[in-house]
Amino acid sequence: MKEWFTRWLNGDLELLEHVSDASEIPDSPREELKTKRKEFRQRIYDRPDMDSIIRAEQKGFLAIYHTIAIISCVVLIGVLLFTVAHLPRYGEENPYTMEVVERYVEHGVEETGAVNIVAGMILDYRAFDTLGESHVLFTALVCVMILLKLDKKTIRGGYLDSYYTVKQDTYFDVSKDTIIRLAGTVLVPCIVLFGIYVLLNGQNGPGGGFSGGAIMGAALIMFATAFGFDRMDRVFTEKVLSLTVFFSLSFYCFAKGYVFFTGANGLDNHIPKGIPGAILSGGLILPLDIAVGMVVACTMYGFYSLFKRGSIGGA
Amino acid sequence: MEMKLIFRVILLILLIICAISVNLTRNLLQAVIIFMSYSSIMCILWILMESPDLAITEAAVGAGVSGILFLMTLKKVRQEEEAQKTENKLPDERKEA
Repeated sequence: MKEWFTRWLNGDLELLEHVSDASEIPDSPREELKTKRKEFRQRIYDRPDMDSIIRAEQKGFLAIYHTIAIISCVVLIGVLLFTVAHLPRYGEENPYTMEVVERYVEHGVEETGAVNIVAGMILDYRAFDTLGESHVLFTALVCVMILLKLDKKTIRGGYLDSYYTVKQDTYFDVSKDTIIRLAGTVLVPCIVLFGIYVLLNGQNGPGGGFSGGAIMGAALIMFATAFGFDRMDRVFTEKVLSLTVFFSLSFYCFAKGYVFFTGANGLDNHIPKGIPGAILSGGLILPLDIAVGMVVACTMYGFYSLFKRGSIGGA
Repeated sequence: MEMKLIFRVILLILLIICAISVNLTRNLLQAVIIFMSYSSIMCILWILMESPDLAITEAAVGAGVSGILFLMTLKKVRQEEEAQKTENKLPDERKEA
């Protein structure tokens, strides 16, 4: 080190020498690596006693694997049966949660304005629960995007493997199929309409944000399958998806956060509860339902698109 | 009442059969389809237990979307397996194939 430093002081040593050296080392080409790997593999498999070694290893591994699997399965079944035996009987009143249920059943309609008590529960009394669920979905979408989205360098074809370009999308494309197109033409509007109905009637009947959103997401998937991604990309790009999800989640967050921080009587007082049973009833429940439904529908379509072609489109 | 009970017991038995046979099937495509039928049976059971909210969600997510995602994954895995096979062959063999 010292010697190196004195040489540099005397002006004998060029500091950038090593840097320029490094840049001249060529990247090891892919083909060479592949052949090396193949030779290595061949050398391993060419050993005469390889078969017996592999078989013995597999035998020991399978024995341990099966024992552990059976033991953990039996333990899990035992624990679950033990828990089930201690549950209250079906349809009987549970003494531990009785007070809450009483409150929900007796004052639910009057306090939340929703005929469907379940909707009143999940979007009014326990709205933060549902907020967490929507964020779980959003996080899942982000994770899928991290794992499966093709970056621009890959799309440009720099490091594409041979098989990926050959049979990417057109090979398995079914959107030219007449039967699927006709079925899509008939079914997609009906499914979308049903999804909207379920979404808007969350406070009056079974349904709500999650179910309605899932149905609409299924309709989007069906449209993309029947008519191809090109038509879908005209309207539904990645920007649209991220904006929709962002505004839905932040609307939910701010509206419900405001209500909770003002002692559960802030924003609710500004929105009329309406007559229980009408579509415009339930105060804040309907907008929250729509927000959750948007998030779920976008997430479902985003999953499908990312699984199928590695991008949501538009970019 | 009797009929309802018998119906429910039949559905529960089918549910258990589906759950076990998903694990025992070697063919992955069959496993996905059995999983989807499991979700459909569960959907009917939710209706019998008087929670239609869950039934709608189960039908849309369990039998619909997650099944489609499984099928997509299966397709992709097979595609890569095929490509791996052709890649492992020597160049002369690849020409023949």
